[in-house]
Amino acid sequence: MLAPTPKQVLIDPVVNNNPITLQVLGVCSALAVTTQLSTALVMCIAVTLVTAFSSAAIAALRNYIPSSIRMIVQMVVIASLVIVVDQILKAYFFPISKTMSVFVGLIITNCIVMGRAEGFAMKNTAWMSFLDGIGNGLGYSAVLMLVAFVRELFGSGSLFGFPILAKVTEGGWYMPNGLLLLSPSAFFLIGILIWIVRTLKPSQVEEA
Amino acid sequence: MLPEQRDSITNTFLVTLVLCVVCSLLVSTAAVALKDMQGKNKLLDRQKNIVEAAGLSTGSGELNAKEITDMFTDGTIEPKVVDLQTGEYVTDTAIASDSFDERKAAKDESMNAVIDASKFRIGIEKREKYTWVYLVKDKQGELKQVILPIYGKGLWSTMYGFVALNGDLKTISGLTYYEHGETPGLGGEVDNPKWKKQWHGKQVWRGESTDAMLAVGVAKGIATTENLPYMVDGLSGATITSRGVDRMIKYWFSSDAFGPYIENLAAQKGDSHVSTNP
Repeated sequence: MLAPTPKQVLIDPVVNNNPITLQVLGVCSALAVTTQLSTALVMCIAVTLVTAFSSAAIAALRNYIPSSIRMIVQMVVIASLVIVVDQILKAYFFPISKTMSVFVGLIITNCIVMGRAEGFAMKNTAWMSFLDGIGNGLGYSAVLMLVAFVRELFGSGSLFGFPILAKVTEGGWYMPNGLLLLSPSAFFLIGILIWIVRTLKPSQVEEA
Repeated sequence: MLPEQRDSITNTFLVTLVLCVVCSLLVSTAAVALKDMQGKNKLLDRQKNIVEAAGLSTGSGELNAKEITDMFTDGTIEPKVVDLQTGEYVTDTAIASDSFDERKAAKDESMNAVIDASKFRIGIEKREKYTWVYLVKDKQGELKQVILPIYGKGLWSTMYGFVALNGDLKTISGLTYYEHGETPGLGGEVDNPKWKKQWHGKQVWRGESTDAMLAVGVAKGIATTENLPYMVDGLSGATITSRGVDRMIKYWFSSDAFGPYIENLAAQKGDSHVSTNP
Protein backbone atom coordinates (compact mmCIF):
# COMPACT_ATOMS: atom_id res chain seq x y z
CA MET A 1 0.00 0.00 0.00
CA LEU A 2 1.32 3.39 -0.98
CA ALA A 3 1.70 5.99 1.74
CA PRO A 4 -0.85 8.74 1.17
CA THR A 5 0.41 12.16 0.13
CA PRO A 6 -0.44 15.19 2.29
CA LYS A 7 -2.79 16.42 -0.43
CA GLN A 8 -4.70 13.15 -0.47
CA VAL A 9 -4.96 13.14 3.29
CA LEU A 10 -6.41 16.64 3.21
CA ILE A 11 -8.78 16.32 0.25
CA ASP A 12 -9.94 12.69 0.42
CA PRO A 13 -12.22 13.03 3.47
CA VAL A 14 -14.19 15.85 1.84
CA VAL A 15 -15.91 13.65 -0.74
CA ASN A 16 -14.33 10.25 -1.27
CA ASN A 17 -13.98 9.31 2.38
CA ASN A 18 -16.42 11.70 3.98
CA PRO A 19 -16.75 11.12 7.75
CA ILE A 20 -20.53 11.53 7.68
CA THR A 21 -21.63 10.04 4.35
CA LEU A 22 -19.15 7.15 4.16
CA GLN A 23 -17.93 6.54 7.69
CA VAL A 24 -21.33 7.60 9.14
CA LEU A 25 -19.73 9.22 12.17
CA GLY A 26 -20.73 12.37 14.05
CA VAL A 27 -24.35 12.26 12.96
CA CYS A 28 -25.68 13.34 16.37
CA SER A 29 -24.29 16.85 16.21
CA ALA A 30 -25.23 17.08 12.54
CA LEU A 31 -28.86 16.80 13.67
CA ALA A 32 -28.57 19.18 16.56
CA VAL A 33 -26.85 22.29 15.28
CA THR A 34 -28.07 22.52 11.70
CA THR A 35 -31.22 24.59 12.11
CA GLN A 36 -29.22 27.75 11.46
CA LEU A 37 -26.19 28.30 9.26
CA SER A 38 -24.39 30.52 11.76
CA THR A 39 -24.42 27.96 14.57
CA ALA A 40 -23.53 25.19 12.12
CA LEU A 41 -20.55 27.23 10.92
CA VAL A 42 -19.21 27.76 14.43
CA MET A 43 -19.70 24.08 15.17
CA CYS A 44 -17.77 23.18 11.99
CA ILE A 45 -14.86 25.44 12.90
CA ALA A 46 -14.80 24.07 16.44
CA VAL A 47 -14.90 20.42 15.34
CA THR A 48 -12.26 21.00 12.64
CA LEU A 49 -9.87 22.63 15.09
CA VAL A 50 -10.43 20.05 17.80
CA THR A 51 -9.97 17.15 15.37
CA ALA A 52 -6.82 18.66 13.88
CA PHE A 53 -5.12 19.52 17.16
CA SER A 54 -6.14 16.38 19.02
CA SER A 55 -4.96 14.21 16.13
CA ALA A 56 -1.65 16.09 16.00
CA ALA A 57 -1.16 15.81 19.75
CA ILE A 58 -1.97 12.12 19.82
CA ALA A 59 0.23 11.40 16.81
CA ALA A 60 3.12 13.19 18.51
CA LEU A 61 2.64 11.02 21.59
CA ARG A 62 1.82 7.79 19.75
CA ASN A 63 5.13 6.09 20.52
CA TYR A 64 4.77 6.73 24.23
CA ILE A 65 1.12 5.92 24.75
CA PRO A 66 0.74 2.47 26.40
CA SER A 67 -1.77 0.46 24.39
CA SER A 68 -3.74 -0.47 27.52
CA ILE A 69 -4.76 3.13 28.20
CA ARG A 70 -4.65 4.60 24.70
CA MET A 71 -8.39 5.32 24.51
CA ILE A 72 -8.32 7.10 27.84
CA VAL A 73 -5.34 9.18 26.72
CA GLN A 74 -7.18 10.15 23.53
CA MET A 75 -10.26 11.05 25.53
CA VAL A 76 -8.31 13.26 27.93
CA VAL A 77 -6.60 15.15 25.12
CA ILE A 78 -9.87 15.65 23.24
CA ALA A 79 -11.83 16.66 26.34
CA SER A 80 -9.20 19.23 27.35
CA LEU A 81 -9.23 20.81 23.89
CA VAL A 82 -13.01 20.94 23.83
CA ILE A 83 -13.11 22.68 27.20
CA VAL A 84 -10.62 25.25 25.93
CA VAL A 85 -12.73 25.84 22.81
CA ASP A 86 -15.86 26.18 24.95
CA GLN A 87 -14.14 28.74 27.19
CA ILE A 88 -12.96 30.77 24.20
CA LEU A 89 -16.44 30.76 22.68
CA LYS A 90 -17.95 31.95 25.95
CA ALA A 91 -15.42 34.76 26.16
CA TYR A 92 -15.45 36.03 22.59
CA PHE A 93 -18.56 34.70 20.87
CA PHE A 94 -21.08 34.83 23.68
CA PRO A 95 -24.33 35.03 21.67
CA ILE A 96 -23.30 32.07 19.52
CA SER A 97 -22.10 30.03 22.47
CA LYS A 98 -25.53 30.58 24.00
CA THR A 99 -27.33 29.07 21.03
CA MET A 100 -24.87 26.15 20.89
CA SER A 101 -25.33 25.49 24.62
CA VAL A 102 -24.49 21.88 25.41
CA PHE A 103 -23.42 20.91 21.92
CA VAL A 104 -19.96 22.40 22.26
CA GLY A 105 -19.33 20.09 25.20
CA LEU A 106 -20.70 17.23 23.14
CA ILE A 107 -17.86 17.60 20.61
CA ILE A 108 -16.06 15.35 23.11
CA THR A 109 -18.41 12.56 22.16
CA ASN A 110 -18.27 13.32 18.45
CA CYS A 111 -17.13 10.02 16.97
CA ILE A 112 -15.18 11.74 14.20
CA VAL A 113 -12.64 13.17 16.66
CA MET A 114 -12.09 9.91 18.47
CA GLY A 115 -12.34 7.92 15.24
CA ARG A 116 -9.53 9.88 13.58
CA ALA A 117 -7.39 9.73 16.71
CA GLU A 118 -7.68 5.96 16.93
CA GLY A 119 -7.86 5.19 13.22
CA PHE A 120 -5.24 7.56 11.81
CA ALA A 121 -3.23 9.48 14.37
CA MET A 122 -1.98 6.37 16.19
CA LYS A 123 -0.17 5.23 13.02
CA ASN A 124 0.96 8.48 11.36
CA THR A 125 3.16 11.49 11.97
CA ALA A 126 1.89 14.57 13.75
CA TRP A 127 1.85 16.71 10.59
CA MET A 128 -0.07 14.13 8.53
CA SER A 129 -2.52 13.65 11.39
CA PHE A 130 -3.03 17.38 11.63
CA LEU A 131 -3.87 17.49 7.90
CA ASP A 132 -6.12 14.47 8.30
CA GLY A 133 -7.94 16.26 11.12
CA ILE A 134 -8.42 19.37 8.99
CA GLY A 135 -9.56 17.24 6.05
CA ASN A 136 -12.11 15.32 8.10
CA GLY A 137 -13.25 18.55 9.68
CA LEU A 138 -13.82 19.98 6.21
CA GLY A 139 -15.72 16.88 5.14
CA TYR A 140 -17.90 17.18 8.23
CA SER A 141 -18.35 20.91 7.58
CA ALA A 142 -19.36 20.36 3.95
CA VAL A 143 -22.21 18.07 5.00
CA LEU A 144 -23.25 20.23 7.94
CA MET A 145 -23.36 23.42 5.91
CA LEU A 146 -25.35 21.72 3.16
CA VAL A 147 -27.91 20.38 5.64
CA ALA A 148 -28.05 23.70 7.51
CA PHE A 149 -28.52 25.56 4.21
CA VAL A 150 -31.59 23.51 3.32
CA ARG A 151 -32.98 23.55 6.87
CA GLU A 152 -32.60 27.27 7.44
CA LEU A 153 -33.78 28.27 3.96
CA PHE A 154 -36.92 26.16 3.92
CA GLY A 155 -37.51 25.98 7.67
CA SER A 156 -37.06 29.64 8.55
CA GLY A 157 -36.93 31.30 5.12
CA SER A 158 -33.58 32.88 5.85
CA LEU A 159 -29.84 32.33 5.36
CA PHE A 160 -27.40 33.31 8.10
CA GLY A 161 -30.36 35.08 9.71
CA PHE A 162 -31.09 37.29 6.69
CA PRO A 163 -34.63 36.81 5.40
CA ILE A 164 -34.62 35.33 1.88
CA LEU A 165 -38.15 33.97 1.55
CA ALA A 166 -40.74 36.34 3.04
CA LYS A 167 -42.62 34.37 5.69
CA VAL A 168 -46.41 34.40 6.03
CA THR A 169 -46.06 35.40 9.69
CA GLU A 170 -44.20 38.50 8.57
CA GLY A 171 -46.62 39.42 5.83
CA GLY A 172 -44.96 37.47 3.00
CA TRP A 173 -45.98 34.46 0.96
CA TYR A 174 -43.75 31.65 2.23
CA MET A 175 -45.19 29.13 4.65
CA PRO A 176 -42.15 27.73 6.51
CA ASN A 177 -41.87 23.96 6.71
CA GLY A 178 -41.87 23.23 10.42
CA LEU A 179 -40.55 19.69 9.94
CA LEU A 180 -37.22 21.07 8.76
CA LEU A 181 -36.70 22.68 12.14
CA LEU A 182 -37.02 19.37 13.95
CA SER A 183 -34.17 16.89 14.20
CA PRO A 184 -35.71 14.11 12.06
CA SER A 185 -35.47 16.32 8.97
CA ALA A 186 -31.68 16.24 9.24
CA PHE A 187 -31.89 12.45 9.17
CA PHE A 188 -33.84 12.58 5.91
CA LEU A 189 -31.46 15.12 4.40
CA ILE A 190 -28.35 13.16 5.38
CA GLY A 191 -30.00 9.98 4.11
CA ILE A 192 -30.76 11.59 0.76
CA LEU A 193 -27.22 12.96 0.62
CA ILE A 194 -25.70 9.53 1.26
CA TRP A 195 -27.96 8.11 -1.44
CA ILE A 196 -26.80 10.74 -3.97
CA VAL A 197 -23.14 10.31 -3.13
CA ARG A 198 -23.32 6.53 -3.39
CA THR A 199 -25.23 6.68 -6.67
CA LEU A 200 -22.51 8.88 -8.13
CA LYS A 201 -19.72 6.80 -6.59
CA PRO A 202 -20.88 3.16 -6.58
CA SER A 203 -17.54 2.12 -5.04
CA GLN A 204 -18.78 3.49 -1.71
CA VAL A 205 -21.69 1.08 -1.54
CA GLU A 206 -21.18 -1.54 1.15
CA GLU A 207 -21.81 -5.16 0.29
CA ALA A 208 -25.06 -6.39 1.70
CA MET B 1 10.35 3.40 22.31
CA LEU B 2 10.12 -0.40 22.32
CA PRO B 3 6.64 -1.86 22.78
CA GLU B 4 7.67 -3.72 26.00
CA GLN B 5 8.99 -0.53 27.50
CA ARG B 6 5.96 1.44 26.33
CA ASP B 7 3.49 -1.00 27.85
CA SER B 8 5.32 -1.37 31.16
CA ILE B 9 3.47 -0.41 34.34
CA THR B 10 5.96 2.35 35.14
CA ASN B 11 5.47 3.97 31.77
CA THR B 12 1.69 3.67 32.01
CA PHE B 13 1.71 5.55 35.29
CA LEU B 14 4.21 8.08 34.01
CA VAL B 15 2.21 8.88 30.86
CA THR B 16 -1.01 9.14 32.85
CA LEU B 17 0.58 11.47 35.37
CA VAL B 18 2.25 13.77 32.86
CA LEU B 19 -0.81 13.90 30.65
CA CYS B 20 -3.14 14.76 33.53
CA VAL B 21 -0.87 17.53 34.79
CA VAL B 22 -0.40 19.06 31.34
CA CYS B 23 -4.10 18.88 30.48
CA SER B 24 -5.28 20.28 33.78
CA LEU B 25 -2.80 23.15 33.46
CA LEU B 26 -4.11 23.88 29.98
CA VAL B 27 -7.74 23.81 31.02
CA SER B 28 -7.29 25.85 34.19
CA THR B 29 -5.16 28.45 32.41
CA ALA B 30 -7.89 28.92 29.81
CA ALA B 31 -10.59 29.11 32.47
CA VAL B 32 -8.77 31.62 34.65
CA ALA B 33 -7.50 33.79 31.80
CA LEU B 34 -10.92 34.11 30.19
CA LYS B 35 -13.01 34.39 33.34
CA ASP B 36 -13.23 38.19 33.42
CA MET B 37 -14.25 38.37 29.80
CA GLN B 38 -16.93 35.72 30.32
CA GLY B 39 -18.26 37.46 33.40
CA LYS B 40 -18.52 40.71 31.47
CA ASN B 41 -20.38 38.98 28.66
CA LYS B 42 -22.85 37.41 31.06
CA LEU B 43 -23.57 40.69 32.82
CA LEU B 44 -23.87 42.58 29.56
CA ASP B 45 -26.22 39.96 28.17
CA ARG B 46 -28.46 40.29 31.21
CA GLN B 47 -28.41 44.08 31.12
CA LYS B 48 -29.14 44.04 27.40
CA ASN B 49 -32.21 41.93 28.02
CA ILE B 50 -33.42 44.24 30.74
CA VAL B 51 -33.05 47.19 28.40
CA GLU B 52 -34.86 45.25 25.67
CA ALA B 53 -37.73 44.26 27.95
CA ALA B 54 -38.14 47.90 28.88
CA GLY B 55 -38.23 48.80 25.21
CA LEU B 56 -35.52 51.40 25.79
CA SER B 57 -33.55 50.25 22.76
CA THR B 58 -36.24 51.11 20.21
CA GLY B 59 -35.54 53.96 17.84
CA SER B 60 -31.80 53.89 17.33
CA GLY B 61 -31.70 50.15 16.63
CA GLU B 62 -29.27 47.89 18.49
CA LEU B 63 -27.60 49.51 21.45
CA ASN B 64 -23.91 48.98 21.86
CA ALA B 65 -22.25 47.69 25.00
CA LYS B 66 -21.30 51.13 26.29
CA GLU B 67 -24.77 52.63 25.94
CA ILE B 68 -26.20 49.71 27.89
CA THR B 69 -23.63 49.91 30.69
CA ASP B 70 -24.20 53.67 30.87
CA MET B 71 -27.90 53.21 31.59
CA PHE B 72 -26.99 51.21 34.65
CA THR B 73 -24.34 53.62 35.89
CA ASP B 74 -26.19 56.92 35.26
CA GLY B 75 -29.28 55.84 37.18
CA THR B 76 -31.69 55.44 34.26
CA ILE B 77 -32.10 51.86 35.43
CA GLU B 78 -31.85 51.20 39.13
CA PRO B 79 -31.50 47.61 40.35
CA LYS B 80 -33.05 46.72 43.73
CA VAL B 81 -33.50 43.53 45.70
CA VAL B 82 -37.07 42.79 46.80
CA ASP B 83 -38.43 40.43 49.43
CA LEU B 84 -41.19 38.69 47.51
CA GLN B 85 -43.25 37.77 50.56
CA THR B 86 -43.50 41.26 52.05
CA GLY B 87 -42.99 43.19 48.87
CA GLU B 88 -40.46 45.45 50.60
CA TYR B 89 -36.97 46.29 49.41
CA VAL B 90 -34.26 44.36 51.19
CA THR B 91 -32.00 46.72 53.12
CA ASP B 92 -29.77 44.04 54.61
CA THR B 93 -26.55 44.56 52.66
CA ALA B 94 -25.56 40.97 53.33
CA ILE B 95 -28.27 39.98 50.86
CA ALA B 96 -28.74 43.05 48.68
CA SER B 97 -25.22 43.28 47.34
CA ASP B 98 -24.11 43.47 43.73
CA SER B 99 -23.15 39.83 43.84
CA PHE B 100 -26.62 38.62 44.85
CA ASP B 101 -27.51 35.84 42.45
CA GLU B 102 -31.21 34.97 42.46
CA ARG B 103 -30.61 31.68 40.64
CA LYS B 104 -28.22 30.48 43.30
CA ALA B 105 -30.66 31.68 45.95
CA ALA B 106 -33.44 29.59 44.41
CA LYS B 107 -31.33 26.47 45.05
CA ASP B 108 -30.25 27.46 48.55
CA GLU B 109 -32.49 25.99 51.27
CA SER B 110 -32.15 29.07 53.47
CA MET B 111 -32.94 31.44 50.63
CA ASN B 112 -35.82 29.77 48.83
CA ALA B 113 -39.53 29.22 49.24
CA VAL B 114 -41.83 26.49 47.94
CA ILE B 115 -44.15 27.34 45.05
CA ASP B 116 -47.70 26.17 45.76
CA ALA B 117 -47.94 23.39 43.19
CA SER B 118 -51.70 23.00 43.63
CA LYS B 119 -52.25 26.56 42.43
CA PHE B 120 -49.37 27.17 40.08
CA ARG B 121 -47.95 24.57 37.74
CA ILE B 122 -44.96 26.35 36.26
CA GLY B 123 -42.77 23.26 36.49
CA ILE B 124 -40.58 24.75 39.20
CA GLU B 125 -40.75 23.56 42.79
CA LYS B 126 -38.94 26.31 44.64
CA ARG B 127 -38.22 29.92 43.97
CA GLU B 128 -35.91 32.44 45.62
CA LYS B 129 -37.23 34.51 48.56
CA TYR B 130 -35.53 37.64 47.34
CA THR B 131 -35.00 38.75 43.78
CA TRP B 132 -33.77 41.61 41.65
CA VAL B 133 -36.16 44.16 40.21
CA TYR B 134 -35.15 47.05 37.98
CA LEU B 135 -36.72 50.48 38.24
CA VAL B 136 -36.66 52.73 35.20
CA LYS B 137 -37.05 56.38 36.09
CA ASP B 138 -37.16 59.55 34.03
CA LYS B 139 -35.06 62.64 34.68
CA GLN B 140 -37.49 63.92 37.34
CA GLY B 141 -37.24 60.64 39.23
CA GLU B 142 -40.77 59.61 38.29
CA LEU B 143 -41.19 55.80 37.95
CA LYS B 144 -41.64 54.99 34.30
CA GLN B 145 -41.30 51.25 34.31
CA VAL B 146 -40.53 48.40 36.61
CA ILE B 147 -38.84 45.33 35.19
CA LEU B 148 -39.43 41.98 36.84
CA PRO B 149 -37.56 38.73 36.24
CA ILE B 150 -39.78 35.74 35.45
CA TYR B 151 -39.12 32.11 34.72
CA GLY B 152 -40.85 28.79 34.30
CA LYS B 153 -40.79 25.60 32.26
CA GLY B 154 -41.58 25.55 28.57
CA LEU B 155 -41.49 22.31 26.60
CA TRP B 156 -37.80 21.42 26.86
CA SER B 157 -36.29 23.98 29.14
CA THR B 158 -36.71 26.50 31.88
CA MET B 159 -37.33 29.81 30.18
CA TYR B 160 -35.86 32.89 31.81
CA GLY B 161 -37.08 36.33 30.91
CA PHE B 162 -38.07 39.81 31.98
CA VAL B 163 -41.44 41.48 31.93
CA ALA B 164 -41.68 45.25 32.04
CA LEU B 165 -44.64 46.94 33.70
CA ASN B 166 -45.58 50.53 32.93
CA GLY B 167 -45.49 53.30 35.54
CA ASP B 168 -49.25 52.82 36.09
CA LEU B 169 -48.40 49.30 37.36
CA LYS B 170 -51.26 47.82 35.37
CA THR B 171 -50.03 47.71 31.80
CA ILE B 172 -47.29 45.54 30.35
CA SER B 173 -44.80 47.39 28.23
CA GLY B 174 -42.63 44.51 27.14
CA LEU B 175 -41.64 40.90 27.62
CA THR B 176 -38.48 39.18 26.54
CA TYR B 177 -36.78 35.84 27.15
CA TYR B 178 -33.03 35.82 27.44
CA GLU B 179 -32.49 32.15 28.01
CA HIS B 180 -34.48 29.16 26.84
CA GLY B 181 -34.00 25.92 24.93
CA GLU B 182 -37.27 25.75 23.02
CA THR B 183 -37.43 24.36 19.47
CA PRO B 184 -36.19 26.97 17.00
CA GLY B 185 -39.02 28.04 14.72
CA LEU B 186 -41.76 26.63 16.99
CA GLY B 187 -41.46 27.36 20.72
CA GLY B 188 -38.35 29.36 19.93
CA GLU B 189 -40.65 31.92 18.34
CA VAL B 190 -40.98 33.48 21.79
CA ASP B 191 -37.97 35.42 20.52
CA ASN B 192 -39.87 36.64 17.46
CA PRO B 193 -40.07 40.45 17.68
CA LYS B 194 -43.57 40.37 16.17
CA TRP B 195 -44.87 38.11 18.89
CA LYS B 196 -43.07 40.01 21.62
CA LYS B 197 -44.59 43.25 20.37
CA GLN B 198 -48.08 41.91 21.11
CA TRP B 199 -47.37 42.13 24.82
CA HIS B 200 -47.05 45.86 24.62
CA GLY B 201 -50.09 47.50 26.23
CA LYS B 202 -51.69 44.34 27.63
CA GLN B 203 -53.59 44.86 30.88
CA VAL B 204 -52.55 42.60 33.72
CA TRP B 205 -55.81 42.73 35.66
CA ARG B 206 -59.41 42.66 34.52
CA GLY B 207 -61.73 45.02 36.34
CA GLU B 208 -60.96 47.81 38.77
CA SER B 209 -60.62 48.06 42.54
CA THR B 210 -60.32 45.14 44.90
CA ASP B 211 -62.14 42.50 42.88
CA ALA B 212 -59.83 42.81 39.89
CA MET B 213 -58.86 39.47 38.41
CA LEU B 214 -55.50 38.44 37.05
CA ALA B 215 -56.25 38.22 33.33
CA VAL B 216 -53.00 38.54 31.44
CA GLY B 217 -51.83 35.49 29.54
CA VAL B 218 -51.44 33.60 26.31
CA ALA B 219 -54.57 32.56 24.45
CA LYS B 220 -55.09 29.16 22.84
CA GLY B 221 -54.79 30.12 19.19
CA ILE B 222 -55.70 33.69 18.39
CA ALA B 223 -56.80 36.00 21.21
CA THR B 224 -60.54 36.72 20.95
CA THR B 225 -61.90 40.27 20.86
CA GLU B 226 -63.01 39.85 24.44
CA ASN B 227 -59.56 38.73 25.57
CA LEU B 228 -57.59 41.09 23.39
CA PRO B 229 -56.87 43.69 26.08
CA TYR B 230 -55.28 40.99 28.25
CA MET B 231 -54.01 38.17 26.10
CA VAL B 232 -51.58 37.59 23.27
CA ASP B 233 -51.94 34.95 20.54
CA GLY B 234 -50.63 31.48 21.25
CA LEU B 235 -47.67 30.30 19.19
CA SER B 236 -48.76 27.82 16.55
CA GLY B 237 -47.04 24.47 16.80
CA ALA B 238 -45.90 25.31 20.32
CA THR B 239 -48.82 24.50 22.59
CA ILE B 240 -46.70 23.53 25.57
CA THR B 241 -44.35 26.49 25.29
CA SER B 242 -47.35 28.85 25.04
CA ARG B 243 -48.94 27.22 28.07
CA GLY B 244 -45.66 27.57 29.93
CA VAL B 245 -45.53 31.28 29.19
CA ASP B 246 -49.17 31.67 30.22
CA ARG B 247 -48.69 29.87 33.51
CA MET B 248 -45.46 31.61 34.40
CA ILE B 249 -46.80 35.09 33.76
CA LYS B 250 -49.90 34.34 35.83
CA TYR B 251 -47.73 33.02 38.61
CA TRP B 252 -45.27 35.89 38.77
CA PHE B 253 -48.03 38.50 38.83
CA SER B 254 -49.99 36.61 41.49
CA SER B 255 -50.10 37.42 45.17
CA ASP B 256 -47.68 34.52 45.73
CA ALA B 257 -44.92 36.24 43.79
CA PHE B 258 -44.65 39.91 42.79
CA GLY B 259 -48.21 40.79 43.95
CA PRO B 260 -47.25 42.29 47.33
CA TYR B 261 -44.44 44.27 45.75
CA ILE B 262 -46.68 45.74 43.07
CA GLU B 263 -49.30 46.64 45.70
CA ASN B 264 -46.60 48.41 47.71
CA LEU B 265 -45.46 50.36 44.69
CA ALA B 266 -49.06 51.36 43.96
CA ALA B 267 -49.62 52.44 47.57
CA GLN B 268 -46.52 54.62 47.37
CA LYS B 269 -48.04 56.32 44.40
CA GLY B 270 -51.26 56.84 46.39
CA ASP B 271 -53.07 54.55 44.03
CA SER B 272 -55.02 51.89 45.85
CA HIS B 273 -56.95 50.30 43.04
CA VAL B 274 -54.27 47.93 41.91
CA SER B 275 -55.17 44.60 43.35
CA THR B 276 -53.39 41.32 43.01
CA ASN B 277 -56.15 38.82 43.56
CA PRO B 278 -55.30 35.57 41.80
